[in-house]
Amino acid sequence: MTVVTPEQHGLKAHSDGGWDASEKGFVPVQTRSARPRSFEHTDFAPVNGLEAEWKLTPVKLIKPLLDDALDGAPYAIDTDAPEGTSVEWVARDDARIASAGAPEERASANAWTNFEQALAITISGEEHSTVRISRSELGNTARAGHIVITARAHSNGTVIVESSGSALLSENVEVVVEEGATLNFVSVQDWADDAIHLASHFVQVGRSATLKHTVVSLGGKVVRVNPSVHLSGEGADGELYGLYFADAGQHLEQRVYLHHEAAQTRGRVNYKGALQGGGARTVWVGDVLIGPNAAGTDSYEQNRNLVLTEGTRADSIPNLEIETGDIQGAGHASATGRFDDEQLFYLQARGISEAEARRLVVIGFLSEIVQKVGDEQLEARLHTAIEAELEGTIS
Amino acid sequence: MSVLSVKDLHVSVETEQGTKQILKGVDLEIKQGETHAIMGPNGSGKSTLAYTIAGHPKYHVESGSITLDGAEVLDMSIDERARAGLFLAMQYPVEIPGVKVADFLRTAKTALAGEAPALRPWIKEVNGAMKALRMDKTFSDRNVNEGFSGGEKKRNEILQLELLKPRFAILDETDSGLDVDALKIVSEGVNRAQESTGLGLLLITHYTRILRYITPDFVHVFVDGRVAEEGGPELADRLENEGYDRFLTDTSVA
Repeated sequence: MTVVTPEQHGLKAHSDGGWDASEKGFVPVQTRSARPRSFEHTDFAPVNGLEAEWKLTPVKLIKPLLDDALDGAPYAIDTDAPEGTSVEWVARDDARIASAGAPEERASANAWTNFEQALAITISGEEHSTVRISRSELGNTARAGHIVITARAHSNGTVIVESSGSALLSENVEVVVEEGATLNFVSVQDWADDAIHLASHFVQVGRSATLKHTVVSLGGKVVRVNPSVHLSGEGADGELYGLYFADAGQHLEQRVYLHHEAAQTRGRVNYKGALQGGGARTVWVGDVLIGPNAAGTDSYEQNRNLVLTEGTRADSIPNLEIETGDIQGAGHASATGRFDDEQLFYLQARGISEAEARRLVVIGFLSEIVQKVGDEQLEARLHTAIEAELEGTIS
Repeated sequence: MSVLSVKDLHVSVETEQGTKQILKGVDLEIKQGETHAIMGPNGSGKSTLAYTIAGHPKYHVESGSITLDGAEVLDMSIDERARAGLFLAMQYPVEIPGVKVADFLRTAKTALAGEAPALRPWIKEVNGAMKALRMDKTFSDRNVNEGFSGGEKKRNEILQLELLKPRFAILDETDSGLDVDALKIVSEGVNRAQESTGLGLLLITHYTRILRYITPDFVHVFVDGRVAEEGGPELADRLENEGYDRFLTDTSVA
């Protein structure tokens, strides 16, 4: 008698790789900090869209930024830099460049290979000051950008970078928060409908330093902002916030990486998003790594998505790696859902119409992040922008 | 004179085990200025009555009616009921993240009045009402019910009762979880509201202790979805001494 063993259904190598690693003699990346890094575009293989890094991104739309030579020249900016701060364009060999990190993917490396000058923002005063940069004239040329933000030891400041207009931009943003400094960095992507923007933020937070990092993405066709924050000095504190509102046809992505490297560090990640309209798409990946030396770590990350209409898709992927047992706490949470009926009932039971109640709940949901921005002028503008977004669905 | 009238009300909810009848023919009439206490054991349908009057979508009215001065309340949406003069102080008020108490109160007042209240007198009124309820001024800058203690949530409900000035208010176990000081403060607020507006009150409670501070004109005992006994304030005293045992002997409620 012959026994026929049927082939197991679905028994084949997974597109992520690693499944058949032993046959191919290669070991997949074991931990978030072990991803290959390089400043050279050519060190990263062409992207086919199946890679874990890219599989949730509309790769076709970002081709030029992945593969083509990019224009790395300085662009027009509006600057408000008070005393105790400076804003200048610096050459590639400036000492501040490559002090915070290195690209881990092809678009980021392409920007690094191609940028000609970096926009250097420095905060040195101990009295709080706010630097405002706005850029709106990048146009449709495929560009490479580079920004370095340095908060000198014991300085205290806010840096707000606001982007609008059209763009086809891949850029790297380096942020170094030196010992005892307090930096509040807000990156606002309110691009025009056709804009494509890929950004990698590399952040080092030093001993007893405090960073607040906020990503606000409202406008643009494809916006992908990936902050990698290393709490590298003992007692470093990092709060990472995000706010996004995707309309029909928009792709808004954020891959957040928080690395507790040193002991006694505290990290909070909270990203909130709303989606409305056919094809509105958001991606949030939150990687938290608590390293072997990060004793006493206190960490929590969460992502919340509010789905306002049919036809949207929100991916939310929290990952937590812990390499030491000696921590205070670590947690993660993710939820994607429609309106909370009990909240609507409560508001309606006070005479507020259903439409107005929905508006209040959405604005309230996103306001939790707006309230963290820490700049009155910008907070007011964000409230207005969210109200304007909502006029599309709720009437 | 305004009258809130409940007639032969049958209400069910959907549960995992199927449709469950909760109210099995409730009759009740509350006139303006009157205080009615509804008492009864857990699961007897007290809160269901409260939420059905307010219009919570979870509860299905099978038959019967609820009228306010002859107008059918069951035909109104939740917010229309509030605008008609009904108010429910909830047992578990929900948190509304990102919406500040001050903005919420003003939005509700505007919705009820049909126009925004004049700013200065309104702020004065809000501050006065908060002070009377021993609520700190910073309260109005906090998000609605977010991080509030149990007592703070209840005070916030009574704050709304005083400011929104309904004609009829249902207080759903407002006394539960309050210490004696908070209970007194909250009760004073309810009495103030009744004195100033002639509010009709439906007090839903498991215990008699709130009735020491808010004197009912009528007491209704709810058992298994019906009014099992009615009387004056003396009925509450009897319940205080005897509990609900005598009502439970021949029903399924344990």
